[in-house]
Amino acid sequence: MIYLLVGAAGMVGALLRYYLGIFAGGWWDYTFPMGTFLANMIGSFALGYVTMYIFQMKKVPSMAATAIGTGMIGSFTTFSTFSVETVNLLTHSHLVLALIYILGSMFGGLFMSWAGFTIGKQQFNLYKRKGV
Amino acid sequence: MVQGMMVAIGGFFGAISRFGISRLFKKYDHTDFPYATLFVNLVGSFLLGYVIGSDIAETGILLLGTGFLGSYTTFSTFKLETIQLHADNKWKPLITYLLISYTIGILFAFVGMALGRV
Repeated sequence: MIYLLVGAAGMVGALLRYYLGIFAGGWWDYTFPMGTFLANMIGSFALGYVTMYIFQMKKVPSMAATAIGTGMIGSFTTFSTFSVETVNLLTHSHLVLALIYILGSMFGGLFMSWAGFTIGKQQFNLYKRKGV
Repeated sequence: MVQGMMVAIGGFFGAISRFGISRLFKKYDHTDFPYATLFVNLVGSFLLGYVIGSDIAETGILLLGTGFLGSYTTFSTFKLETIQLHADNKWKPLITYLLISYTIGILFAFVGMALGRV
């Protein structure tokens, strides 16, 4: 059962990433892989936030948390596409863009995840205080 | 429409595979290093490189690449695990995790693409 839920949520995550890529391709006309970058940044924030806030509330069943966190957000973000896009930039001599992509993903992702984690944690503490 | 279907089917199985592997690792590995995510991300980078390198039809790339391998690997979990290592002050595994993911991940994608072209 849980496998089916994770799979169904993974489907949603993959589709959201695909359509975000098409949408980003529509307005972003440069070599920098904006679609994947945006998906990874948004997803990093979202996973930190829901893990520390929404999933800590007793209201959310653990199966739903796994489906949304591991299935949907996990699939919305991607590491393999990041790796391949970096290789493409490197082999097409876009060395500066490749470096920006690597460092931007590394530190931007860490920052977004940390921000989601920290804001989520604060909101959960607030929620707990109100609850008692 | 067909494109979306391919991505969805691939995404379904990609997420399930990642989840299954992470459960398997949890059963046998009791260290606090995130081996499962590292494993899927490195293997997935190699395989996606291979798929892209071998120049298959667009439907195949959407199914196997964007859908399956895109969902099989994950960026958000990788980052959250790093932040959790940071919160626990586990600096050595944190640096190791970051360095291996980026260097070997990109290297594997490169090797995969080269092999795919052969």
